[in-house]
Amino acid sequence: MYSKNARGASERKSNTHNKLGNLRYSYKRHIKEKLIEMLLLLAAFFSVLITFAIIYMLVKESIVFFQQVSVWEFLTSTQWTPLFDDAHYGILPLVSGTVVSSAVALLVALPLGTIIAIYLSEFASFTVREIAKPFLELLGGIPTIVYGYFALLFVTPLLQMIFPNLPGFSLLSAGLVMGIMIIPYVSSMTEDAMRSVPMHLREGSYAMGATRLQTAIKVVMPAAFSGIAAAYILGISRAVGETMVVAIAAGMQPNLTWNPMEQAATITAYIVQVSLGDLPHGSIGYQTIFAAGLTLLLITLIFNILGHLLRKRYREMY
Amino acid sequence: MNDAKKLERLRVIIARHKRWDLIFLIAGILALMIALLTFMALFIQMVIDGAPRLSWEFFTSFPSRRAESAGILSAWVGTTLVMLVTAVSAVPLGIAAGVYLEEYAPKNFFTELIEINVTNLAGVPSIIYGLLALGLFVYQLGLGQSILAAGLTLALLILPIVIVATREAIRSIPIAIREGSYALGATKWETVADHLLPYSAPGILTGVIIGLARAIGETAPIITIGALTFIAFLPASPIKSEFPFISFEWLSAPFTVMPIQMFNWVSRPEEEFQFNAAAAGLILVVMTLTMNALAIYLRYRMRQKIKW
Repeated sequence: MYSKNARGASERKSNTHNKLGNLRYSYKRHIKEKLIEMLLLLAAFFSVLITFAIIYMLVKESIVFFQQVSVWEFLTSTQWTPLFDDAHYGILPLVSGTVVSSAVALLVALPLGTIIAIYLSEFASFTVREIAKPFLELLGGIPTIVYGYFALLFVTPLLQMIFPNLPGFSLLSAGLVMGIMIIPYVSSMTEDAMRSVPMHLREGSYAMGATRLQTAIKVVMPAAFSGIAAAYILGISRAVGETMVVAIAAGMQPNLTWNPMEQAATITAYIVQVSLGDLPHGSIGYQTIFAAGLTLLLITLIFNILGHLLRKRYREMY
Repeated sequence: MNDAKKLERLRVIIARHKRWDLIFLIAGILALMIALLTFMALFIQMVIDGAPRLSWEFFTSFPSRRAESAGILSAWVGTTLVMLVTAVSAVPLGIAAGVYLEEYAPKNFFTELIEINVTNLAGVPSIIYGLLALGLFVYQLGLGQSILAAGLTLALLILPIVIVATREAIRSIPIAIREGSYALGATKWETVADHLLPYSAPGILTGVIIGLARAIGETAPIITIGALTFIAFLPASPIKSEFPFISFEWLSAPFTVMPIQMFNWVSRPEEEFQFNAAAAGLILVVMTLTMNALAIYLRYRMRQKIKW
């Protein structure tokens, strides 16, 4: 643009000078980079801190609790009445409520979720899949409190028409609705696992004359085992940790029972019940919810670790 | 003769397998229908019960002891403010953690620890976060049952969602983009800030929306921190007429949110309150469905538009 005159030359010279200057000061850039990396590392490390904070909080309050109540009583007593004058601290009734409601939920969610996943992955046309998948995702996004309302005011009256002596609160209706609620999680993860199985395995099976169902059950599902197992375990830990549906529809009365037609409180429902009241900080009632929470965390942790091991062990076996 | 018999048997076997195939196909469609019909029943039940309560007054009234004059003003204001706190704290933290794990983290024990930890956090029941918040935010840090405590609680809850979404979005950017940037002398952070983050923005946004949609509907952790259910006032306005015009007083205000308000109404014995619960539930469902639909649409468009 400019003619080659003195000005151009001097400009060029100063440009070079500036560049060198930049290079010379590049350690500033280096420090900035390191600083940013440290900040990002801190952010990532923060998630570890959350875990430690959770464990610390639950254990700290639980220790105080277990100084007053023996672990033996906690694990074996069949009554959970911490807020009564005649207080008993046996977690079993809460565990039984949790197990029964989760079992009902899983009896609904695992078979239906698996069937839907096989259907979407192996049978359905492209269009059906493209419509059904987002729809199921939407279903999974509905707040659990809404499902609780639905269980109490729609499913329970409906079930009472079939079983006239079903009480107004029952593990059955809470479990059924929870099952429907968990279907999307199970089906979408299972389907993802099945679709990631390489096509040539299916083609081999079809070439041998297998039908779609045979291929799905005998070839695709075993190959996708780790993913399917992870999906089931996610479903289980969701059912165990689910709170609002059971708190609303299964009642809040601790009840040592294995009968889904009865009402019973789960671990989560008990925590909600206590939180709704006005327990003073530091009282034994306040500590019971942390002991209950610790029990819940341990149960879900066992399932999470199991899922992790399964995923690791069976990843990409094909 | 023997051959004809064998052929006949083969045909029977094939017919039987085909029949099972068909039976399963029908079972699959039925299973899908059960999920669909349940959703329809849920939605229709709520519309029938709740729609008559939906009026302008419902949005502009405080909760009340009389069902027909009760509204959700304090609930939706509370939800908005809590979500604001949640988004402001979880989004930067989650993105930073995601960027670190995807772009910076060396392959070692420590990184694997963080990764396992994030996966595990996503599986921790939400009520456990509530207990953590009760002990840590409410009592240890003395935040009380405030908007700040609730917002931070939900932020912890959705942090794994934001981290995972960020990682997936960044991972899908081809390595050539990074190489191009490095070849021009960009540093790692310049590559991240000028290329990777802008290109992964839609993916991250999708994750953030899904996370916030989840946070809006979360009830259990908010109940656990002991949030009041009867709030007939609004927190202090964030905007002031005198200098410095912004006030953070609202952060420490007691509050109620939509799901809590709904829970409060559901657990009352009077039938009129159930109609209020249905109306609140309807609004809640429409809100979360809209957000989730937006996220799904964003992802769909991304898949259509971006071809590396």
